[in-house]
Amino acid sequence: MAADFNWAVGGEAGDGIDSTGKIFAQALSRSGRHVFTSKDFASRIRGGYTAYKVRTSVDKVQSVVDRLDVLIALTPRTIEENLEELHEGSVIIYDGERTTMQNVEIPEGMIGIDVPLKRLAEEAGGAIMRNVVALGAACEVAEFPIENLDSALEKRFGDKGQKLVDNNKEAARAGQSYVAEEYDADFEYDLETTDEDYVLLNGDEAIGMGAIAAGCRFYSGYPITPATDVMTYLTGRLERYGGHVVQAEDELSAINMALGAARGGARAMTATSGPGIDLMTETFGLVATSETPLVICNVMRSGPSTGMPTKQEQGDLNHMLYGGHGEVPRFVLAPTTVAECFWKTVEAFNLAEKYQLPVYLTADLSMAVTEQTFAPDTFDMDEVEVDRGFVVDDASVEEHLSESGGFMPHELTDDGISPRAFPGTVDGAHMSTGLEHDEQGRRTEDTEMRVEQVDKRNRKVESAREREDWSPREFGDADAENLVITWGSNEGALAEALDLLEADDVDIRVLSVPYVFPRPDLSDAVAAAENVIVVECNETGQFANLVEHDVLERVDRINKYDGVRFKADELAREIGEALETGTEATQ
Amino acid sequence: MSSDVRFTDFKSDKQPTWCPGCGDFGTMNGMMKALAETGNDPDNTFVVAGIGCSGKIGTYMHSYALHGVHGRALPVGTGVKMARPDIEVMVAGGDGDGYSIGAGHFVHAVRRNVDMTYVVMDNRIYGLTKGQASPTSREDFETSTTPEGPKQPPVNPHALALASGATFIAQSFSSDALRHQEIIQQAVEHDGFGFVNVYSPCVTFNDVDTYDYFRDSLVDLAEADHDPTDYDAAKDVILDSDKEYQGVIYRDDESVPYHEQHGVDENMSDIPDGAPENATDLVREFY
Repeated sequence: MAADFNWAVGGEAGDGIDSTGKIFAQALSRSGRHVFTSKDFASRIRGGYTAYKVRTSVDKVQSVVDRLDVLIALTPRTIEENLEELHEGSVIIYDGERTTMQNVEIPEGMIGIDVPLKRLAEEAGGAIMRNVVALGAACEVAEFPIENLDSALEKRFGDKGQKLVDNNKEAARAGQSYVAEEYDADFEYDLETTDEDYVLLNGDEAIGMGAIAAGCRFYSGYPITPATDVMTYLTGRLERYGGHVVQAEDELSAINMALGAARGGARAMTATSGPGIDLMTETFGLVATSETPLVICNVMRSGPSTGMPTKQEQGDLNHMLYGGHGEVPRFVLAPTTVAECFWKTVEAFNLAEKYQLPVYLTADLSMAVTEQTFAPDTFDMDEVEVDRGFVVDDASVEEHLSESGGFMPHELTDDGISPRAFPGTVDGAHMSTGLEHDEQGRRTEDTEMRVEQVDKRNRKVESAREREDWSPREFGDADAENLVITWGSNEGALAEALDLLEADDVDIRVLSVPYVFPRPDLSDAVAAAENVIVVECNETGQFANLVEHDVLERVDRINKYDGVRFKADELAREIGEALETGTEATQ
Repeated sequence: MSSDVRFTDFKSDKQPTWCPGCGDFGTMNGMMKALAETGNDPDNTFVVAGIGCSGKIGTYMHSYALHGVHGRALPVGTGVKMARPDIEVMVAGGDGDGYSIGAGHFVHAVRRNVDMTYVVMDNRIYGLTKGQASPTSREDFETSTTPEGPKQPPVNPHALALASGATFIAQSFSSDALRHQEIIQQAVEHDGFGFVNVYSPCVTFNDVDTYDYFRDSLVDLAEADHDPTDYDAAKDVILDSDKEYQGVIYRDDESVPYHEQHGVDENMSDIPDGAPENATDLVREFY
């Protein structure tokens, strides 16, 4: 694997950190380099610090690591926050003329590059461009051709006029030449470029794009971190494809609007995070028992209650599996990578309609805000299939009428799947209700019909188990005695941890599970392994508990619930330690 | 849409379990007649019902329908109408459903001005749970949970609607069958959110707001020289706590419904069997 390069820009909220980081990530992506980004909203000392981090390589990168090579520090705190990741030889770019940075001390062994960011920006046309001056300086330090930055600046500012673009290019060059002239040194970095074409997107955007590709036409939501980007992405774009986005007054309304649209025959979705899922749980049972296809996207963040809204956690799994009173089937899908966010969204819509039930599509904060590069054909639209399941039209409706002539949306069938009639279908008029109902959707408390309808709804799960592919994603050494299981967004860090462990001659088989319910049977894999570890971002091991339940055997666990995602090197260390100490059944 | 639709086509084969004499019978009849009169039929009509005695209406009517969660009928209706502008949407519920648990949605549904009809069967009592105060109960109305009365003023739904920017506000009485039907019909025909509060007496638990009370006290705005397009006149009627009115209180003839404001006019149930044309443009945006 080629050397990776780790870069960050940090300062206070309001310093334009996000857009600066995004421009650099875009420049790297456009130069044919792979990129994996992350955001720090750390509050270890006090509020206000924020950073955008970029890991890049000519090879695929899919995790963050505990290392920082070049840091643009707009505040002294940015340096403090990153002391553990900075190393001997790390470069810190800062503006020594900024009042707060005048007395800043560059830690021993590190290289301070003092660039008058504000002054050079003003000379180029405005102080607001000081971060772009810093980007130019970073290009010089990293020996990264500045033309790539030009291209990203054009994308970012192109619609605001050529003059602004030109000013920014000039600002970048001012930073670049300042470093070249004042610091005549080789910083050992040499960011080569390639001819590869990449697209750069985050998990929320991939979910939004997947929804449009899948034919979603209606989205209702209420803004909430970290799911808001799904809504922001869809706003305007969904309209271009004949759909509509509504900002509801709350999550109660959002899910009910989506339910209404789905009853109208549209592919509908809502997205939210934990607190919103709590509210939506009120209507969840209605969606499920009325057998309405709906995709509910839960971009998890740290809970409970308001928790840590800008922090990572995979703590909602139990809620999605069991939330709501009574018993009714639902599916839970957990894409394991940013690209899979796209494909699993498409799949979620198909599953929802084929099996006529709510599908939780769950991502998490770290995946939602991570920008990652992919070859454009990763999202080959020709591969998208839309399966609407069992829908009747004016001609076929009569095969599904009761003896009294009423349409039967809950017809008792062998596979549990009943016909659907969209409003407007002649003779298809019917009732949908949260009350227990008969085949026609009419309220009933008849004991036999109750049992038949419960069984019918559950037969859909059995049908889905038989008909669909619920396989986990597998990598590593298939014959290894060490088995590591994970779900959701930890896959990237685990994949890279695997490389590090292999270098230490530790062989591991990895199963990354994108399906929480229904889920793959892991019994054989667990039985074949000597050591089994389940890795996840929560305290109680919610997925590990499911594995134990399924295989009737104890497994080891690595849990992280400090609000920060797994890093590849950190995870490799933890797995290594767990294996050296042997397995201790975690009670 | 067939021209020979009769209002009985909107009747389901389920017999209502409302108490004999319940106002909801008359309310429902007026709704069905208004739907038939305005050229709708069960297959192009979607009724959303809330929870409570009134919420059972979805079961007794024949159409596409959803009987939902308590208080959330309006958002459901909103979703149906946005996805299917070609479908007639009518939302029905009670005073508890609309002005208590669902009050937040009421305000926003009014603001959105989606082209649908909202019928609230207001009996000023919780009937299904056997007689507790509702948000429209009188201040001194004694019930099992308010032995000395709620001691708080009732919600004025018309005022709430007007303050939220309503474009159609009306009041009817379930027992005045002709006028009730007429008023609902005007709400259906209104280009936007047609809100009708219906006095629909509970004969079992409310011995104050009775048929006799409404019959004796109702002033019909149609006979009172009231101009519903006059905002100030509407405001005066709404804030007059001494009288009970029926009729169209306010109507904004300049109303621009949501689908026109936002250009939402497609039947969203109709989608291709693969990604939409030009979907690859979305990927290109990420270069």
